Amino acid sequence: MSAKAQGSTNSVASKFGFGSLVRRPEFGALIGAVAVYIFFTIAGGKSFTDVGGSASWMNVAAEVGIIALPVALVMIAGDLDLSVGSTLAGSSMTFAILSGYYGLPTWIGAVAALLLGAGIGWLNGYLVTKTNLPAFVVTLATMFAVQGLTLGFTRLLVGSTSVTMTPDATFMFLFGNLIAGLFESAVIWWILVAALVSWILYKTKYGNWIYAIGGDVISARATGIPVAKVRIWLFVGSGVGAALVGVIQTCLYSGAQVAAGQSFVFNSIIAVVIGGVLLTGGYGSTIGVILGTITFGVVNQGIYYTGWDADWAALILGLLLLAAVLTNNTFRRLALSGGKNKKENK
Amino acid sequence: MSNEGKTPILSLKNVSKVFAGYRAMDGVSLDVYPGQVLCLLGDNGAGKSTLIKVLSGFHEPTSGTIEVNGKPTVFKSPKDASNEGIATVHQFGGTFPLMSIGRSFFVGAEPTKGWGIFKRFDKKYANETAVREMQQLGITRVTDGERLIGSLSGGERQASAIARAVHFGAKVLILDEPTAALGVKEATHVLRIIMQAKLKGIAVILVTHNVSHALTVGDHFAVLIRGQKADDFVKGERTRDQITDLMAGGEAMADLENELNALTGTINQIH
Repeated sequence: MSAKAQGSTNSVASKFGFGSLVRRPEFGALIGAVAVYIFFTIAGGKSFTDVGGSASWMNVAAEVGIIALPVALVMIAGDLDLSVGSTLAGSSMTFAILSGYYGLPTWIGAVAALLLGAGIGWLNGYLVTKTNLPAFVVTLATMFAVQGLTLGFTRLLVGSTSVTMTPDATFMFLFGNLIAGLFESAVIWWILVAALVSWILYKTKYGNWIYAIGGDVISARATGIPVAKVRIWLFVGSGVGAALVGVIQTCLYSGAQVAAGQSFVFNSIIAVVIGGVLLTGGYGSTIGVILGTITFGVVNQGIYYTGWDADWAALILGLLLLAAVLTNNTFRRLALSGGKNKKENK
Repeated sequence: MSNEGKTPILSLKNVSKVFAGYRAMDGVSLDVYPGQVLCLLGDNGAGKSTLIKVLSGFHEPTSGTIEVNGKPTVFKSPKDASNEGIATVHQFGGTFPLMSIGRSFFVGAEPTKGWGIFKRFDKKYANETAVREMQQLGITRVTDGERLIGSLSGGERQASAIARAVHFGAKVLILDEPTAALGVKEATHVLRIIMQAKLKGIAVILVTHNVSHALTVGDHFAVLIRGQKADDFVKGERTRDQITDLMAGGEAMADLENELNALTGTINQIH
């Protein structure tokens, strides 16, 4: 076979060359993140690149990122979670009502908030796997249901739509701290969540299962993977991620509001999709999602340093999302061509 | 080739499968022997897919029994069938196009290294093993386990799936139309791999509607028509034309050919 020699040179090139970089799922996200950062550095000037400016976009990115990373796992497995916004508000409110309104110890409220997030996630997963309905519909339903429950119970118990709470010193340090007076503790939590999610995706068998379920659920089941269990745990993950941000916000703002969090639903999806995760599942990387989240944070906050009306940020994000999906499609095609040229392909 | 006195590794006894009143499989009996290729022939809708799904544990038979090494066995799930060493490879081979060769090779049976909380997926071992197993089947062009399955050619994808089955100790290998989507040269590669699997003592069930491919590698043949076994013979007992006619429903095919000849004005034979 004359293709033999050619094959081996291909593999050498793909190990060290530009080709292998281009074929990684996060390459489009890398270009996007670098491009928007350069753009706002030019348009926003020094105050965007200094510590204050960096903290500004990092804080936004961190809160979105804590939710986007577990949501990315849900999406790589081929599902979707629209309920994260309501989960955030619900757990934040639970925390504030228990530890603020009723004056229970802070840790009880925080644990209850995280358990609520896990519970909503479990319910999502249970309904999706039991009914075989699309996750889109199921999590849309829980999004409204949880929103209604939060509003109803808060009014019933507290008689208001916002509750104040003063966390104890430990929780203030862990969740509501401003490092160097600028960086939220959320940034540290984001790094921890990123490390955990990366470990699961790349270093455990569960990561392989997640890719397989998103790639072809029937074949995945045929190899003996407990598909329903894995999908339920992934929803639990995104629920806990949303609840964690709920806890962070409650400590940071010393209270909770019923209407909090809804922006996280689409913001997390935007970050994940810009990060190169395929909407239909089976493909994506945590580095990509982190870069997508950074892109989101930079655009969202960078606009304030340009002197333009902040309304334009949404337009930029919309265009970026479209561009990201198109370039990611191109790069995925390149990955599937495996560096072969067209002639060899035929 | 005589199989008298040998115990079939897998055997169907009068197996039927009924879907909502429709008999997709009707009283089929089959014996599968180690180191032999059984070709399952039949036109579209003849019940080949149903038969495969019964053999691989996706469907439970409505009536009749399945025997493994002479013992009656019930497959409740695909897992049960794969525990008995029955592996199925579908038309497009590797089913996870966006996974790497190494990762998809070990889906559901991931190798790990380290211990306790440091136990982790052994990517190096996975990639090296997958590439080595494929090279042993003659796919020498694949040298990098990080490549995506989707970047392989159709024949290479088949080979990766067959290599996986062989690596995990498959005793019965069910190949569903492995050559249908392939070009002539690639199909030949896959037929060669089938022969290699057979020589390793694996029982191969080759499902195809390509009579030439079946005659090239087959030891034993069964023809399905409308869910029933219409014929059962060993190598050399039938000619290519007899098989083709039988698959298409006998006389109907002769009529069609005559009609076609009348239209084209030449002596045509359809294979």
